[in-house]
Amino acid sequence: MSDVSTPTPSSTAVTRADICAVAIAEAFRGDGERLCNPIGNLPLIGGRLAAATFEPYLALTDGFYTLMDPQSPDEVPPIALPEAERVAQRTVAHWNPYREMFGLLWQGKRHVMMGATQIDQYGNQNIAAIGDWAQPRRQLLGFRGAPGNTINHTTSYWVPNHSPRVFVPAVDVVCGIGYDRAHALGPVASRFHEVRRVVSNLAVFDFEALDAEGVPTMRLRSLHPGVTLEEVLEATGCDVVIPGDLGESRGPTEQELAQINRLDPRGLRLNEVPES
Amino acid sequence: MPGPDKRCTEDEVVAELSSGMTIGIGGWGSRRKPMSLIRAILRSDLTDLTIVSYGGPDVGLLCRSGKARKVISGFVSLDSIPLEPHYQAARQNGTIQAAEWDEGMLLLGLQAAAWRVPFLPTRAGLGSDVMKNMADLRTVTSPYATVLPGQNVGGEFEELLAVPALELDAALVHQNAADVSGNSVWLGEDPFMDDLFVRAAQRSYVSAERILPTTELAGLGDIAHLKISRMDVTGVIEAPHGAHFTECLPDYSRDEAFQKRYAATAKSDEAWDEFRAEYLDIDEAGYQAKVKELQV
Repeated sequence: MSDVSTPTPSSTAVTRADICAVAIAEAFRGDGERLCNPIGNLPLIGGRLAAATFEPYLALTDGFYTLMDPQSPDEVPPIALPEAERVAQRTVAHWNPYREMFGLLWQGKRHVMMGATQIDQYGNQNIAAIGDWAQPRRQLLGFRGAPGNTINHTTSYWVPNHSPRVFVPAVDVVCGIGYDRAHALGPVASRFHEVRRVVSNLAVFDFEALDAEGVPTMRLRSLHPGVTLEEVLEATGCDVVIPGDLGESRGPTEQELAQINRLDPRGLRLNEVPES
Repeated sequence: MPGPDKRCTEDEVVAELSSGMTIGIGGWGSRRKPMSLIRAILRSDLTDLTIVSYGGPDVGLLCRSGKARKVISGFVSLDSIPLEPHYQAARQNGTIQAAEWDEGMLLLGLQAAAWRVPFLPTRAGLGSDVMKNMADLRTVTSPYATVLPGQNVGGEFEELLAVPALELDAALVHQNAADVSGNSVWLGEDPFMDDLFVRAAQRSYVSAERILPTTELAGLGDIAHLKISRMDVTGVIEAPHGAHFTECLPDYSRDEAFQKRYAATAKSDEAWDEFRAEYLDIDEAGYQAKVKELQV
């Protein structure tokens, strides 16, 4: 597991948010020539960090209607630019209006990182509604693209506020489908399904463990530095497999930290994951 | 030969619609919505509408005004304000029926109607609660065996979601320019699904920032921007600033201040009544004049 050792620790102060950015970047390791499509500020920082460092052939979205091919690591654009700068700093490589995005994702060369209002041990995700869907206590985003994403290509999740209200035994509405739903569909229908990683403000999870029926189930992959196992278990309302050789999420290298600061010059990541 | 002159007003379009119809609305979220046509519906006595939309304030306004009975959507969002507050309230209060589909399914439903086939198959939605909650959705079994790599015999007849055709009684879309017979030009960077909406409908109405001679259309972008043909258009409405307060690039950005004011009307009946009296119970010219005043 290359992402749980610390290669060259940075000398400057590293925040929890930086650790999260690196853990998010690591989720995209090995993706090669695929669309890296993180949604939200920290996922964008992490995805672009991967592209600016160890995964240079990732295709990047500008968040709207084009895919970008920055011509060098330092041309990977920072997040949250004002509109004029956003347009000026993108190297457009492909026109990607929404209908083309559906075409791309149905073909499968995409790895999306979405948020999750709720997630369970099999990686089922809810962003639609809290309570009974028919008349919810709280209407959220709806299903958006989560059903189509999860059955067609690799998906990971980002949870900035790890708590038992997010990590639940069973989600209220299954939007992104988890391994139990994929298993029930059978090997042919679910052959493109992969929930790879869940990164939270406390820890990193994968699905490299099996339950009693042989269905992939959530496993703690690493703890962020300064976080205890007790803390994570207390904040987790679903079953999680704890491996014997549990490691620590690695920190950024000097080069990575410089890129993180360049990609997020205003420190928006600290709004999502504040230093306690 | 030039096509027929189909120019009309928003109120003339509304007069051709009737209660209970299924109406598709183009644009995406709070982007290039045919808002002047929506405002005309709000002034009318139409009711019991089924709305098909990548929803934004069009859906919120129609829900809050009691015009929509049912909403079929891929999402309903104001983009810069992620949750559409009036749609959210309508769902939580149970005042509308909702069909919430995967975003891609909506594209397939429109495409199926536009191609006059009863459904299109997809993997999107399988295994999710879209299938559980939208009880009218059905699956279809492929007549062709799927043989996975490494298998040379047998294979499985895959079950896919059959997205039903979204047949529309009417479609409303907003474009950057059109000629008098409905040949239309989208500018900006995304055509959204407007061309599919107009093909999926019995009657389609295009509002446009400007109406130009046909000879001037191709010069606005390139030929790929001439996405809607007059053959698919019933009426054309000249509606400068007609997508306000949603964005209509490159002509104008979203009016974020106005959108915030709109979103705040979900806080109380008084706030809504005040907004409605000031901006919705007046004609389009009056609305545009009020909006102009705000921007001085």
